[in-house]
Amino acid sequence: MKVLRALVRRPAVALSLLYIVIVVLLALFAPWMSPYDPSEQFVEGLSLEGAPLPPDTPYLLGTDLLGRDLLSRLIYGARTSLFIGLLANGLAVLIGTLVGLSAGFLRGWVGSTLMRFTDLMMAFPALLLAIALSAIFQPSVWIVALVIAMVNWVQIARVIYSETIALSARDFVAVERTLGASSLRILFSHLLPHLLPTILVWATLGISTTVLLEATLSYLGVGVQPPTPSWGNIIFESQTYFTSAPWLVFFPGIAIVLLSLAFNLVGDALRDELDPTLQGRS
Amino acid sequence: MLAFISRRIGYSLLILLGVTFITYLLLFMLPADPARQIAGRSATPEVVAGIRMQLGLDLPFYQQYANYLGNLVQGDLGRSYIQRSPVTELIGARLRPSLELMAAGIGFELLIGISLGVIAALRRDSWADKALMALSFIGVSAPQFIAAMLFLYFFAVQLDWFPMGGYGGFEHLLLPALTLGILGSGWYSRMVRSSMIEVLHQDFIRTARAKGLSRVRVVLRHVLPNAIVPVIPMIGIDIGIFMGGLVVVESVFGWPGIGQLTWQAIQQVDIPVIVGVTTVSAVAIVLGNLVADLVIPWVDPRIDIKKH
Repeated sequence: MKVLRALVRRPAVALSLLYIVIVVLLALFAPWMSPYDPSEQFVEGLSLEGAPLPPDTPYLLGTDLLGRDLLSRLIYGARTSLFIGLLANGLAVLIGTLVGLSAGFLRGWVGSTLMRFTDLMMAFPALLLAIALSAIFQPSVWIVALVIAMVNWVQIARVIYSETIALSARDFVAVERTLGASSLRILFSHLLPHLLPTILVWATLGISTTVLLEATLSYLGVGVQPPTPSWGNIIFESQTYFTSAPWLVFFPGIAIVLLSLAFNLVGDALRDELDPTLQGRS
Repeated sequence: MLAFISRRIGYSLLILLGVTFITYLLLFMLPADPARQIAGRSATPEVVAGIRMQLGLDLPFYQQYANYLGNLVQGDLGRSYIQRSPVTELIGARLRPSLELMAAGIGFELLIGISLGVIAALRRDSWADKALMALSFIGVSAPQFIAAMLFLYFFAVQLDWFPMGGYGGFEHLLLPALTLGILGSGWYSRMVRSSMIEVLHQDFIRTARAKGLSRVRVVLRHVLPNAIVPVIPMIGIDIGIFMGGLVVVESVFGWPGIGQLTWQAIQQVDIPVIVGVTTVSAVAIVLGNLVADLVIPWVDPRIDIKKH
């Protein structure tokens, strides 16, 4: 609560939180919020020449190439983008924490094998590996989320690993050990609670990365497949016409940038608030 | 020193071996049946079996991997499903434009990132500092394809300052390189700013000022060379992010490099080409990190290589 109050006191962070809440509400209540059916192709949604309509009433943000309402597609697209963002990031945080924690706690050959493996994953460009994986597995919403999780857990694992090493060297861990606490007890009731702030910060920052990666994959055609709308594939579908119908790129583009920026700002502010060692440095 | 270098090179080779194993899995284990994919839908079982033999898919697993590795060492990345030509040739033909764009893009990244970072650090907590850091934040939050499309729309379509894309001289190179440079500069400016601030607080800077050196001279001769050291490993890491950026930016601007090749391969589900580009990029990243690690102790002798 104290942290939340400190966050809201920063105007940029308060705005970010507001935007996130709005997007979440739109996504949750999409059927009630969206003015039209996102996949209905309106005859009057295209001009006489068959071109998409610019923003105006009754289609507030204009229509797309098939005469569908852009605003409704954006609202339903928020569902897909948020769902993948949260699911993929949740998985990435889970894998990353497990790998980092066990590598840092067990050390030895298990630890070094795990860290060698994360080094190996770091050698791949995330976007290209994600492209290759989703091209092979034929993308669906679930596959896209899994693929993003598989390329995104690496950084979290490294951060958790080094924090676990640093924590294990602290006196309270040695004291617990001499008092006869079991390894599992030290792990769960002493190390994990200390790691929670870091995990929370990276979970927030990570949503930004996953949202961007999902949008980029969908834009390249290996992410969410039409007709299911996602913010990335709305741009994918209309990219060839974007000089004549720029709103089809602007509005989803702005929605993506703002969502990514919002999670980045909140994550960054959380790090300032939760990490006392950083105070006054950045 | 020699021990450090050989250990570092050995480790890079180990990572490369791991890389090839993963790309091998991507090429031959994960697709349901690569032979069927190559043969096409109308092929008879005999044709598919023939291709299986040709590819060595009937051999035991370790032997297949050894063959794949042997081919890789000779520069053979397999054949494209669609274009039927060797992937190495396809990549080779596209290498030059991509290297040009990469050099220009990383050049802009460093130029913009370092100068903004220096300005922000020297004017710490001023409005200029805050504005620059806010901009760098937007830069790192914006997906490259959106920025590329917006830049193309405003600077090429609306203002007509640049050509609409395609390959050619300097004027064609400028806008895609700037797109990559502006977006990527955010990480560098944030890093240079914080490392500058750290160096500015050190004793030798006070000494330099106290013996009467001008502020400009102190910054250029004493602060900057020290503050720039963490940028070097950053370039090594950045190559990976940059390779992803190339796919997007080249496809938006119609730049005929490896990125556009990848984009075309994605649209045709040409997996050997995608995996080939991934392999080449991974090798580039491992080599980039290796060079960065070897250069650092030479640039900054204070760094203790025994700790690595």
